[in-house]
Amino acid sequence: MISRRLVLAFPEKIVTRPITYRLIKDFDLQFNILRAEITADIEGKMLIEISGTKKQIEEGLKYLENEGVSIQDASKDIIVDTEKCISCGVCPSLCITQALEINPVTHRLLFDKNKCILCGLCANSCPVNAIKLKI
Amino acid sequence: MAKTVEEINEKIKSGKALVLNAEEIIGYVAENGIKNTVKKVDIVTTATFGPMCSSGAFINFGHSDPPIKMQKVWLNDVPAYAGIAAVDAYIGATELSELEDMQYGGAYVIQDLVDSKPIKLRATSYGTDCYPRREIETYITIENVNQAYLFNPRNVYQNYAAATNSSSKSIYTYMGKLLPNIGNVTYSSAGQLSPLLNDPYLRTVGVGTRIFLCGTQGYVSWQGTQNNPDRERHPNGTPLSPASTLALIGDLKKMSSRYLRAATFFGYGITLYVGVGIPIPVIDEEMIEYLKVSDNELFTEIYDYSVQRRNKPSYGRISYGQLKSGFITIKNKKVPTGSLSSYGRALEIANTLKEWIQKGSFLLSNPVSPLPFEEKINVLNILGRDEL
Repeated sequence: MISRRLVLAFPEKIVTRPITYRLIKDFDLQFNILRAEITADIEGKMLIEISGTKKQIEEGLKYLENEGVSIQDASKDIIVDTEKCISCGVCPSLCITQALEINPVTHRLLFDKNKCILCGLCANSCPVNAIKLKI
Repeated sequence: MAKTVEEINEKIKSGKALVLNAEEIIGYVAENGIKNTVKKVDIVTTATFGPMCSSGAFINFGHSDPPIKMQKVWLNDVPAYAGIAAVDAYIGATELSELEDMQYGGAYVIQDLVDSKPIKLRATSYGTDCYPRREIETYITIENVNQAYLFNPRNVYQNYAAATNSSSKSIYTYMGKLLPNIGNVTYSSAGQLSPLLNDPYLRTVGVGTRIFLCGTQGYVSWQGTQNNPDRERHPNGTPLSPASTLALIGDLKKMSSRYLRAATFFGYGITLYVGVGIPIPVIDEEMIEYLKVSDNELFTEIYDYSVQRRNKPSYGRISYGQLKSGFITIKNKKVPTGSLSSYGRALEIANTLKEWIQKGSFLLSNPVSPLPFEEKINVLNILGRDEL
């Protein structure tokens, strides 16, 4: 029995399908939804932990990919390079869970890991490449 | 009571000048009143640190042996303009690498130069009797070239539009990523700290004004391109849309990448963050009226960037105070806001300039010539020769 933490992105056309139900029923996977959001791109994002045998997980993930779900390993992190960061304030406007904000007193970027769902919207939007999605 | 720049410089030299930044002056005036502030405060430092695409650098490489009349030039595989004298070139901030596309470009070359990194120089030519060499490949650093100076045709925009996106898809613009269905709003101004919003009629800033430019002393060389001062204004004098601009010049060899930073706007292209600080001399009471204006009294317009036309529909006027609060309301929807320019870094520049003046290492200058205030910008119409 192994566990993996994953970020699943559901494109708009499959957001309404009972995909997680099938994962449990057809592949016998234990499934724990840690966080879920519908982003402004009308894409469903879900941070999950799945447990099962290696084979069950592999088959389950293959099923997800066939359904059009993109899967990203979430065992790692969003890394903000504070040396590179210029605290401009672009990323807070893209962060759907308000994990990123500019402190109104120090004017510096604050990153609250506990609020972050690792969606990655901020990463490619940082003009000075200070935010990295560590996979 | 009026003060001249010469009198203020005498106070700087004797260590008696009182300098505040453009944030501090707001509270100071509220506490001490206008008349007392003019008597006490001599200089207010303003600053901005934002993406300014209209930037670039002139470089003179020195002559090789045998010499070459460089016709095409690449710096780290980024094309530079060489249609000037034999070993002069201009590297523009937004030029893209021929090998790495949007991962690297002119702004990155300029930053790498400032960071003293080696740069690959490649040039080709047709060869002449006086310049026989036809190609060259070598490495340069900022230390071993002759002149290297930043010359930016348009910086320090006096106000700029805010951007949003009403379409159903994310769009990638020079105002950053704009989320669908008015998912966010981005803006780019230091607001109350912004140089030209503190001197809205450019009474003290003109050709030759000494400034802070990317960590060293630079100068205002001309009005910026697209200079457009004839705009609708708030009763406090500030324009409600993009107005005046400045062309700036300064020695790249003395700059710091803390205040000059290459940037990529994903899906759009490359630009350069330019750090500029301008000291405003407190010459009279009228200047205080402009300097005391705060973010809540400075306004811009929100435009819909999903409309791919020169004129975009507006979602109305908003104050920088509201934009900086993190959220605004558009059509009853709470929309998060994001700034492209860094207020924190701008404040650092204003305070650095303040220290330079307090130490006596930076003196104020009178403009050699005022900047034009009647200018209007033209649009580009697609015409046949006989339609002109």
